[in-house]
Order: sequence, then C-alpha cells, then structure tokens
Amino acid sequence: MSEAIDYKVIGTRPIRPDGVDKVTGRAQFGADLNLPNMLYGRVLRSPHAHARLTRVDVSKALEMEGVYAAISRADFPENPSDLGKNIMARDKVLYHGHAVAAVAAKSLICAEAALALIETSYEVLSPVLSLDEAMADDATLLDDECFTKNLPETPDKPSNIAAVMTLSRGDVEEGFEQADVIVEGDYNIPMAHQGYIEPHACIANINESGQGSVWTCTQGHFEFRALTAKVLGMNVADLKFIASEIGGGFGGKTTIYLEPLAVLLSQQARRPVKMMMTREEVFRASGPAAGTHCKIKVGARNDGTITAAKAWLAYEAGAFAGAPMGPGAMAVFAPYDLENFHVEAFDVLVNKPKVAAYRAPGAPQSMHAMESALDELARKLDMDPLDLRMKNAASEGTQAPYGPKFPAIGLKECLEAAKVHPNYTSPVPEGAGRGVAVGFWFNVGMQSSAEVHINENGTVTIIEGNPDIGGSRASMCLMAAETLGVPYEQIRAVVGDTESTGFSNVTGGSRTTFATGMAVIQACEDIIGQCKSRAAATWGVDEDQVEWEDGQAIPSPGVNADVKPLTLADIAGNAAKTGGPLLGRASLNAQGAGASFSVNMTDLKVDRETGKVDVLSFTAIQDAGTAIHPAYVEGQMQGGAAQGLGWALNEEYIYDKDGVLENAGFLDYRIPVASDLPMIDTQIIEVPNPRHPYGVRGVGETPIVAPLAAAANAIRDATGVRINDLPLSPPNILAQLDNA
Amino acid sequence: MGAFAYVAPSSVAEALAVLDEHASLGKRAQVLAGGTDVLVQMRTVDTQPRTLVDIKGVAETNRVDIGATETFIGAAIPSAVLNDNAELKALFPGVIESADLIGSTQIQGRASIGGNLCNSSPAGDTIPALIASSGVCVIAARGGNREVPVEDFVSGVGTNVLEPNEFLIGIKFPNPAPGTADAYLRFIPRTEMDIAVVGAGVSVTIDENGTCTAARVAIGAVAPTVLLVTRASDALVGTQLDDTALEAAGVACTEAASPISDKRGTVEYRRKVVAVLCRRATAIARDRAKLRVRTKVR
Repeated sequence: MSEAIDYKVIGTRPIRPDGVDKVTGRAQFGADLNLPNMLYGRVLRSPHAHARLTRVDVSKALEMEGVYAAISRADFPENPSDLGKNIMARDKVLYHGHAVAAVAAKSLICAEAALALIETSYEVLSPVLSLDEAMADDATLLDDECFTKNLPETPDKPSNIAAVMTLSRGDVEEGFEQADVIVEGDYNIPMAHQGYIEPHACIANINESGQGSVWTCTQGHFEFRALTAKVLGMNVADLKFIASEIGGGFGGKTTIYLEPLAVLLSQQARRPVKMMMTREEVFRASGPAAGTHCKIKVGARNDGTITAAKAWLAYEAGAFAGAPMGPGAMAVFAPYDLENFHVEAFDVLVNKPKVAAYRAPGAPQSMHAMESALDELARKLDMDPLDLRMKNAASEGTQAPYGPKFPAIGLKECLEAAKVHPNYTSPVPEGAGRGVAVGFWFNVGMQSSAEVHINENGTVTIIEGNPDIGGSRASMCLMAAETLGVPYEQIRAVVGDTESTGFSNVTGGSRTTFATGMAVIQACEDIIGQCKSRAAATWGVDEDQVEWEDGQAIPSPGVNADVKPLTLADIAGNAAKTGGPLLGRASLNAQGAGASFSVNMTDLKVDRETGKVDVLSFTAIQDAGTAIHPAYVEGQMQGGAAQGLGWALNEEYIYDKDGVLENAGFLDYRIPVASDLPMIDTQIIEVPNPRHPYGVRGVGETPIVAPLAAAANAIRDATGVRINDLPLSPPNILAQLDNA
Repeated sequence: MGAFAYVAPSSVAEALAVLDEHASLGKRAQVLAGGTDVLVQMRTVDTQPRTLVDIKGVAETNRVDIGATETFIGAAIPSAVLNDNAELKALFPGVIESADLIGSTQIQGRASIGGNLCNSSPAGDTIPALIASSGVCVIAARGGNREVPVEDFVSGVGTNVLEPNEFLIGIKFPNPAPGTADAYLRFIPRTEMDIAVVGAGVSVTIDENGTCTAARVAIGAVAPTVLLVTRASDALVGTQLDDTALEAAGVACTEAASPISDKRGTVEYRRKVVAVLCRRATAIARDRAKLRVRTKVR
C-alpha cells in the first residue's frame, strides 16, 4: 500500500446531510410530489411478446368522461430512434409489456378504465426467447433491417445479432499449445433486474407551447432532459428537469420510460400529469441486466502462468440493440497480464425488454465465466486459487486487454490482503465450501459541473448536478471541507435542477465522487484564489504574498504584513466591500478514472437433500483508491455483495413459452431478504488513483462483479460438483447434484 | 384498487344477514379478516367491485378457547396473537409454527389462520398443520353452525366448500392425547417472506415404548389441494419412528404428490423435497412427542 496521506476530514465518517429527511419520511421521491389539477397517466401495454401492431385507436378512450388526453404512436415524431420505439411501440411490439398507448385521466381508476377502451389489433409472431434461438441461421427476426455491425464484410442478410466485437492479442492457438493444463466451461446466466425499491415515477407540467418542467426519479436529470427532448423533437431549453430523491437505480434509472409520455399527455391535457409504474411494470418494461451465454477456455503451464485465454460472450440485448457486450468483453480478462487472448462478443436481439445498465454492466456475467474457469484451473493445478490469480495479476504498467497501460492499481494488494485475511486462513466450517473470485470495473470520468457559494457567514453551499444515490452529498462536503480547510458541518451540498447548475452526466459509471468531486475541488480552489485576492486587497499586498491554510488567508512567510489571518467568514462578511459575493465554479470532462479491483471470498453450506444454500460468511476486499467516506464505501461493497449473491443464488427472469414474464414481482423474483445474508465483512484497500487530487477511484460497481463466481466456486467446493448455470437455486442445485 | 363497500358486523347473525342479502340479490360480498390476501388481490388480480364484510368485530372469530377436551381458535385472530399464546403453542407447536411462517412481523399483526384457510391456496402454510392436528372448520350458516374437517374444506385451487352466505368462525381441535405432538416444515428458497414450494405437517402419537400409535401426515404445494396422506400415516403407525419408517413415509408422500412445474419449482424437485420434509417434520414431531409421553399437555 502506498504512503498514507494525512487528511483532516477525508476518511472520516460524518452523518449524511440528507439523512434526517430520509429516515423520517420527509424526503420527496418520484411519486411524492402532487400538483394542483393533476391528472394520472397510465400505459396500455402489449399482451404479446412479438407481434405486428396493425391498429391502435385511442378515440373511444378520449371520449370517456374524466379522460383528458390519450396518445399512441401517431402522436410521436416520425423516424424514431430505438429509444423512441421502446418508449412507444410503432409498427411492432417486441416484448410483453411494450407500451402501445397512454392516457391521462382525473384518477387512476378512471385512467385504468380508459385503457380498456383503447382498440388494438395485433398480428402475432413467434417470440424469440433465447440466445440460441436468436443466433440460429433460420431464426425469426425481430428487425428486418438489423444487419450485424462490425463484421469484416457487410452482411447481405439481416440477423438478430445486432453487433459483434473482437479483442485479441498474441496467438491463442500457440498459447494453448504451450499449456500444460487447459480448462473449458460453458456458462449461462438469465436476465436479472436491479431490484431498486422505488418504481419509476415522474410528473410533467407542460404548457401549450411545449415549455415546462418534469420532476422525476433519475440517475441523471440532464440526460433525461436530453433523451426526452430527442424522443419528442422538443427543445432542451424549454424543459426543466428536477431530480427527486432516488430510491435506488443501480444503472436502471439512467434511461427514460415514462417521461416523454407524461410530457406529451401533459401538453395535450394542459394539466400536470403524474405517472408511476407498478412493481409489475418495472419488472416487465424497464431495463433489466442482459442474460448471457459465455464460453471460456484457459490454458496454463504447471507453474500457473496462463498461456492463453479465449472467451465467446453472447449477451441478450432485449428488444433493441445495446447489450453491454463491450464492457463485458473488455472486463473478462482485465485482472490478468496475458500474452495471448481472444474475445468474441455478440449483442443479440430477443423478445424481452431492452436491457439497461446494472452495476458494472456486462462484467458480472463474463467474469463469472472466467473466474469459475480459473477455479477449475487452480484445482487441476492443485494450486491455491489466490496464488493462481496472483501469479497472473495485472499491476502498474500491465497493458490492459482493452488497450491502455494500467497506472497504479490495487489488485495485488487486494490478493495479498485476502491471503492473510482471517476468513481465508481459518479452516472451512464443517460441511461448507469456500470460494474466491476477483472483480473489476473500469470506472469513468465524463462531464461534471459544480458551483461553490460562500454564504455571508462563511458557510458553504455546493450546487452540483448529480442525484445523490450513495451518499455523494456527504462525499462532496468532505472533499470541499478538506480543500477549503473548513469543518464538514459548515458545508451543504445541493443537487440543482437543469436550470440552476451546469451540465453533468448521469450518476453512474462510479463517476460521481471521482468526476463531480473533481469539479467541487476545482470550484473550491477557485474560491481559495478569490479569497487570497480579497485578502491581498484588504492587506494591500500582492496576491502571491497570500497563502491559504486551515481555512484562512495568511500572509506568506517573510511577507512583512502585520495582519490578522482572515477566515472564510471574515472574507465573506466583508465581501460587499471587496468585490461582491464569492462564487466558485468549475466544469470539466474528467480524465483519468482509475480502475477498481476486488477480491471476494465466501463460505457456503448446501443442504444436499433440498439444494438450499446458506451463506455462512462473505468477505469483500476492494481497492477504493482513497475512501472519502469509508462507511459509504463499505455500504457500496456490502450492497454490491448482496445483489451479486442474489443474482448468483435465486434471481432470474422466468419466461413462459409465449414470452410472458412469470415472476414480475418481489415474491417470485427472489432478491435476498436481510435474514438470507450474513454481515458482509469489508476491507478497504487504498491505492490512490494518481489522476485524482485525493486519489479517488470510484467504488460503486466493482462490488457486484465477484460474488457470482465466488458463490459458484464455494458451491463447487462444498459439493464437489461444478454447476455452470446460474442461478444456483435449490431446484438447479438438487438436479445437478442428483445428476452428478 | 377497484371500488368497494365496507361493512363491519358485530355478531354472527349480523354477518350472516349481510352475506345472505348479497347472495339473494346476486351481489358480491367477500369476508375480510386481516386482509393480507384479500387486499392484495383487490389491488392486483381481482379489482372488481364488492362489499367487504369485516368479521374482526364478531366476538366468536376472535376467541381462543382451550377446553378440557377441545381447543377452538377463532378465524380472525392474527398470528402474532397466536404466537404470544404460550399455552396454545405448547398444545399445537406445529400449527402455531405454521402460522408464524406467514409474512413479516408487520403482516403477522393482521394475517389469520382463518384467512389462510379460506384463501385456499395449495401452498397455504397453515393448512397441512391444521389437517395434521385433526382441525375441524366451524362454519356459520343460516340454519346454525356446520362442521367440516379441514381436509375436506378446500375443494380446489382457491376454492372451498363455503356457500356465499356462510363464513368460517374458527377451527376446533381435539386436545392432543399423551405422547402426541405436531410439527410443520415448509421449503422456501429464502429464509422468510416467501411461499411454500413444498410443505409438510405431521402429528404423531407414541406410547411409552416409543411405538407410534397414531399419525397424520399432510402435504402442501404438491397438488391442487393440500393432501392428507394416509399411506404415509400407515407407514409410521406401529413403528419406532426410526429412519426406515420415516423413509417409507417420505416415499408415500412422493407417490401421493401430483405437483406441477412452475416458477417456484419443478415436478421432480417437489416430489423429492416432499419426502425430505415429511421425514424431517416427522422427526421433529417424534422428538416433541417423546417429551410428552408421560405428561398430558392439558
């Protein structure tokens, strides 16, 4: 671990500024706002997974008493994008639950009744529900105009394979020839949902000329504004988007569903329109994580050195192109320093909802395959699974499979910590099995803006544009406190709407603490510069003769100024006389996001008669760069572990033969309940990111990656049987044990 | 949620009058106890209008009566209340543990055994336990109460023998004979907050030599209705309830089961696991019964 820097407030664990309102129920989430004369919008959804929509007529619904607006494809601009077609079906419906019309009425009951009056006709087509079916030569096509992208030659016939991608280095065949041991595996993971507690909800209030505001539950209101304006052919400047508090998103609230419908209905009705998805609609018609079929082949010499690795990765995109095959392909071998590898990935259309981001999109699936294969490799080599990974681990200077050379990264540090962790050195409990796996995520930078206002009493208000999901208000306040040298308690962070602060990309990609934090730090430095200049003017010295230390301006050493230091409060209180209010700002496109690696280990017990799994312990070790607020870093690690274990053990989208989701609710879509999981042990490793002022990497996504394989490897260890397909649900486990 | 009317009668006669009036006019009425099934259904699968007849105010449905030979449990008593009744728990540990498996702490403040039975799901957790302990439904009807053994009450998936102008007042049980104890186990993939993939309720009676003299085995979620498996009981009676006997009872359950494959489990899975649960529940009931051979619970 690198040298610890002596921070004053970074690394402390103060309570979050938004905490009281959240625990007392005052915080306003998407569905909490009501406006005078508000209407309720509801969506008519397709009863078929795949059909031509030959007719949709909303006129009878519009005639109903209490109905103020009704819309369908005819109300949308021509030549829609895929997003536009997903928001409102055009010539085809592509999944069960696809929106085909919407109404706004005086009450929810009235709106529901109006939906029954909408007339539709369908020409039903056979649904394509699996990757194998979709990729077959004679497959039924979702889109006759979908020609596979990125092939060496332009294909002459359409396909459900929207795009392919390859990544390679060296010569894999030669690499396999050098191998003493080769393992191969074939792994399937069904679609899974993020399972955020808060369903999508918004309220639009738009006037006749298409101007107005939208209050919505979102991971990024600027991007929601842009997407909504694009789908409707409107002007972004006419729309103000306000982010509500958010009850979880995990990537699923980075794209729009209801917003354009609410805007259009509100504009037609000339009244505010509120729309809320039911939980069932969230499952059927928002964006789950891609189901996958992954094949892995890895070869190694007897000393554990990997000589070649090959991956074939197929991702379900759902109804429209855009599965996360890219990040999945780039992540699959990222933890390892490989001379020879080849990755082939596919973005495949199926008659299921269009997938959206889910925490490290694409990586949990492909890395589950690789980390499971490595576990088998370690067994064949009779090598400790952590030693095998250490032998091949990437470190500073390793060229990542996706191109750049890694700067300082913390994989080896995580592996070292795991090797001596009491949960690894202790004996495996009687009858249980232990599994380990490595996780990884790139993290991103992107655009952020921040303003820092110094109030007249010297307190600080930060305005930034990223909805606070994981405690980012607190993190911003901590970084501002560190930079300005003032106490955390004097600082408040506000998430501004699209009209009150500069553009920021979504809260996603584990970028907010890194990139928006960087903007806040720069805005604070802007303030410090201004304070120094005000102090210089007050003291009648040059600006470069003033320094900023511990929250106050002091004369530089050697400067002969017989003056009292000026605190932020002193300068703010006197601002009228020195040039007016203090406002710092920064906007940037952050470069240098740092990859975050993790090592997870878990002890599981399997009831061999029922196939039920008990999670006895789970340990997450992760490089955070610098943990700004360690409790929230641990929270991310624990939350990701819980979601990863849920995906590993019981979560799955179950479809019937007609493409109807059979478990569109939390009863049968089984996320873990609190009593299903042990306390998740965490250990934060800090290898600072050299490209961030305080060393931040971003921590939100890596935690979900390793639990899938860690669990599968533990079950292999406990039972002696390798089960390649997730979820490791009791029926799946019992069937595999009985077949073994 | 659809439109509904609400009435809260304060006596059996009043409740019957409301139900009778609706039945004679062809209007829909539905009896409400805790509402943990009814209210959810009204918001989701069945939003049609109706009159809700809340029976929680009817004294008989809220009564627990532990008599010299019989015990009566009112249909509307929340499971949290049952769980707090130490005497009841000692008498029928299996019945009470089955009620305690349904829902969260908050739900258990409302959910009732009567409601679970009248919902008549194949997976209802209390039903196998009620059958194992020889529960009998006490049904309020115009001509006076009628009684139906629990195993004959449910007629199909979500249906039962109640006429539109009748309602369930409660369930009565013969008090357990010396050496008698019950147990209920269900299988769910989670630890709580779930619906049985398979359930098994068992009551056994043993004599001073440890020989089983009576047994009732009921299995849930493996057929359209909960099944009383007499061949499993037969496999236990006359044995020492040893591994061989338990194994045979389990096999009888597998043979009796006619499950479906659905989102909660496959046919093969349910047939295997019903045997496992039968064995395990019988072992628990046996161990409890051993402690009671010489002491009558009441």
